[in-house]
Amino acid sequence: MPDHSPGSAFAAVLVRDLRLHARSPGDAANPVLFLVMVTALFPLAIGASTEVLARIAPGIIWVAALLSSILSMDTVFRADFEDGTLEQLALAPSPLALLILAKLAAHWLVTALPLILVSPLLALWMHFPATAIPALMATLALGTPVLSGVGAIAAALTLGVGRGGALLALLALPLYVPVLIFGAGAADAAASGLSVSGPLQLLGAMTLFTITLAPIAVAAGLRISLD
Amino acid sequence: MPVWFYRLSSPPYFYTRCKPWARWLGAVSGAAMIVGLFGALVLAPPDYQQGESYRIIYVHVPAAWMSLFAYVFMATTAAIGLIWRIKVAECLARSAAPLGASFTFLTLATGSLWGKPMWGTWWVWDARLTSELLLLFLYMGYMALNSAIDDPRRAARASGVLALVGVVNIPVIHYSVEWWSTLHQGPTITRLDAPAIHLSMLVPLLLMAFAFTTYFCAVLLLRTRYELLSRERHTEWAKRAVREASP
Repeated sequence: MPDHSPGSAFAAVLVRDLRLHARSPGDAANPVLFLVMVTALFPLAIGASTEVLARIAPGIIWVAALLSSILSMDTVFRADFEDGTLEQLALAPSPLALLILAKLAAHWLVTALPLILVSPLLALWMHFPATAIPALMATLALGTPVLSGVGAIAAALTLGVGRGGALLALLALPLYVPVLIFGAGAADAAASGLSVSGPLQLLGAMTLFTITLAPIAVAAGLRISLD
Repeated sequence: MPVWFYRLSSPPYFYTRCKPWARWLGAVSGAAMIVGLFGALVLAPPDYQQGESYRIIYVHVPAAWMSLFAYVFMATTAAIGLIWRIKVAECLARSAAPLGASFTFLTLATGSLWGKPMWGTWWVWDARLTSELLLLFLYMGYMALNSAIDDPRRAARASGVLALVGVVNIPVIHYSVEWWSTLHQGPTITRLDAPAIHLSMLVPLLLMAFAFTTYFCAVLLLRTRYELLSRERHTEWAKRAVREASP
């Protein structure tokens, strides 16, 4: 008798997605390479003045993270949609929202975690004060789940549309604004030596809110796209 | 729920019933707008601080109210369409989006024109302006998604989910933008700081708000009727309606 409990279904989807990513590691490297390259463009475009770069560093890194998240979201359901796996997940006895949460967790581990790990390097490039780097990483760690959740809603809704990429950005970017404001704002405050616990707690609240509700909206969007 | 509500969810009934409504609402809106504009531009006294240029509020403020109202209306009808699969509600939501976007654009444009003489600049990253700009982006996303999906029912449901996500997010966006703008710059700009607006200024403003609301309803009904007709063009009632209308 196979185990049909929600917990084991969650674990099965998580392990499957992680294994798929592990077998094509190149795909997972794209978002982080994108982040590094976009960040590297800014010193080239506006000059290598230390003060200017340090001043705009949190904003640049956060905007680059946003764009990189949009880029990776375009593919989060695409392959499973095309080969029919999503339909099987939608028919499975476990709640679709839970399975989506597992998929998003795997996606976050593969695409967002490397962004957080590489952010100290970018911060040093941009002459961001080293003492504020832990705060920057904390804002990214607390903010990127929101990006994944909200981006997944847009990805689910644009799944049936052929040219989804630009549309996905159009739908998701306005919804990303609160995370950008608090994430970049907190990193900025940390660089000036201010306390960041307030904005970090708000980011944490947004993450909890998104983890709770976004999978339900994603499930609704996927069911519409699968129709 | 009353019987007329159920009847309204039938496309042919809505189509024929709303024709006189659209006409009457349009006439009422036109009359209110003429009287309101006369009161606003001629009868109302100039502001003691802003002189004559404050008069743009008679377009700016009703447009700003309508931009928010239209979004809530759109999300509500989209939710009704999603839950009960009512075609008329889906068409109402789709028809409200361009209207709401136009009101949002009008708010931004008139605000910008007003900002130049008052603040000395066309644009400031003030909390209210930024929220309004993001609202415009939300409308754009809704319309883009709605028109990108070919099947009208699927388009309505997908964009309905987006409208609901947007309506949950609007307060979060609004307060985060407010927090951001107070963090970065002090309240250097005070808008309409007079605590109570004089009656001679308030009455034309309310008249203009009434005119804008009835205009919204009239154009919404017109757009929804054509939307229904184009969606139902293969049905018997739509063919009959077109035959009867063409000489």
